[in-house]
Amino acid sequence: MSGTASTYVPKSRVAKWFEARLPIVGLMHSSFVAFPVPRNLNYFWTFGAILIAFLGIQIVTGVWLAMHYEPSATGAFNSVEKIMRDVNYGWLLRYAHANGASMFFVAVYLHMFRNLYYGSYKAPREVLYILGVVIYLLMMATAFLGYTLPWGQMSFWGATVITNILAAIPVVGDTIQTLLWGGYSVGNPTVNRFFSLHYLLPWMIAGVVVLHVWALHVTGQNNPVGIPIKSGKDAVPFTPYATIKDVFAVCVFMILFSWFLFYQPNYLGHADNYIQANPAVTPAHIVPEWYFLPFYAILRAVPSKLGGVILMFSAVIILAFAPWLDTSRIRSCNYRPLYRQFFWVFVGATLLLGWLGSQPPEGGYVLAAQVCTAYYFAHFLIVMPLCGLFETPKKLPGSILESVTGPGKQVSGSGMPAGAAAAPTTKG
Amino acid sequence: MANTSAAAPAAPGHEGSRRDFLFLATGAGLAVGAAAAAWPLISSMAPDADTIAAGAPIEVDLSPIQDGQIVNVFWRGKLIFVRKLTAKEVGDMQAVPLSAMIDPAAFPTRVKSGHDQWLVVYGNCTHLGCVPIGHQGNFEGWACPCHGSQFDAVGRVRHGPAPINLPIPPYAFETDTKIRIGEGGKEAA
Repeated sequence: MSGTASTYVPKSRVAKWFEARLPIVGLMHSSFVAFPVPRNLNYFWTFGAILIAFLGIQIVTGVWLAMHYEPSATGAFNSVEKIMRDVNYGWLLRYAHANGASMFFVAVYLHMFRNLYYGSYKAPREVLYILGVVIYLLMMATAFLGYTLPWGQMSFWGATVITNILAAIPVVGDTIQTLLWGGYSVGNPTVNRFFSLHYLLPWMIAGVVVLHVWALHVTGQNNPVGIPIKSGKDAVPFTPYATIKDVFAVCVFMILFSWFLFYQPNYLGHADNYIQANPAVTPAHIVPEWYFLPFYAILRAVPSKLGGVILMFSAVIILAFAPWLDTSRIRSCNYRPLYRQFFWVFVGATLLLGWLGSQPPEGGYVLAAQVCTAYYFAHFLIVMPLCGLFETPKKLPGSILESVTGPGKQVSGSGMPAGAAAAPTTKG
Repeated sequence: MANTSAAAPAAPGHEGSRRDFLFLATGAGLAVGAAAAAWPLISSMAPDADTIAAGAPIEVDLSPIQDGQIVNVFWRGKLIFVRKLTAKEVGDMQAVPLSAMIDPAAFPTRVKSGHDQWLVVYGNCTHLGCVPIGHQGNFEGWACPCHGSQFDAVGRVRHGPAPINLPIPPYAFETDTKIRIGEGGKEAA
């Protein structure tokens, strides 16, 4: 988080003494107070703060739920019901944790949309972006592990289906499956170790988030125009401008969260998960949580087991290659008239895949999923490389300031001191 | 490196080999140490002695099972179907040509010789592990509710996405009306 020289000057003797030994106050000041923020950011740039808020909510409610939860095949389901009925505010902790996971994914998908639309993944932010993909993968693993813990029917069969997916990996698949199960099928050792891993992964997410924020503060933020900060007038200091805007956005997002939490706490879940796990009966219609549905549709679009598994993992991994697949020098879709149309088709295909993943795997649904899957991959492998070569982009404004005020105008006041904002990319 | 420069002109080969040896020995020690530390961590995740002991063979009394009935039993935590085929099903299954199958297996490989009426198979779909529902689908056998695989009356996959037939657990007939699951036959796939 060493993007800019700290403008923090300790005043008191104690502060000076401390800063000379551990300059953490200066680090926080340069990262979250003096840090130059492009002055044209829109509300899509607040989801980072929202995601950090939800990581905090998930960790706090999760630690408290763990005080009451019993990770065993015989005790898990009953302990969750005990949390709901007997523990003071247990219902609140559990519903906040379950719906918090969904809100976490809502926010991360909007964050990813922002990234892809405005080309934030492009140089020099490739490492920042790949760290984001790593966080997304860790989130998916954590969400899957957490969903198995209530030990209802969906928990059990979700765990069975996903561990069988891993068994399709050639050579080592069966060994991985046995090591995850700790037995010959999903059972007591499985729920016990899934609980341990579910508690571990969020701390790994928190660690990668620190790297993600660090990388962000080295390269500086992208912005809706996609051109870098060139002078102090292009930027405003993080505090108060971005701080207050982020807090406001978090508050607005909490309204959505509260609506689900207090009015529709089970809307995003499945009724079958209130039936205790039964290894002899599979629920009639088994689907994953909504945030996995596009990938589930891709899995089912392929008639071969291994092929479906490979394609499903590829759909996530291919994200990490976007910085090199996209050949355009222009970041923001606002200045890419041709690519922008393809991009919206990509968004539509992904949303449609999500809906298809919730439908039974038969007839026209499978065909539609195959078409959407083909476009999903074609977007990365064909559209991204070719559009950059053949497209004529719109003319970019001369500076971020010009994009806000119109060409040729000047503003006085606000903005950053030139020295503070000029070089977020030069130090690291 | 500074202190080696004095000795270097005199015996460069000697100094280099000693440092190389230390470097390689330390690296090898680290690699072996890391592997030795990882071994018990990974090994502890394998099925423990209690889980393995719980996999002792089980006996199933066949006498109460009616023609056409499918009974669920568990061995090592895994679901197993024990099915008594009707005479018609035995005839139909013997008549299916191998070319009509995804994972061709002749009728005699699916049952024990002399016990044509009895089928014993694992009860989890070979696609992703859901439990197929009995007496459903187009092949007198099972249909999986998750992803649409279908199996015939002797558990052979006849409609994807499942890639292989329902596996047969190791089992043997103790008498004509009693089987022992868990030993007495090699685990067929």
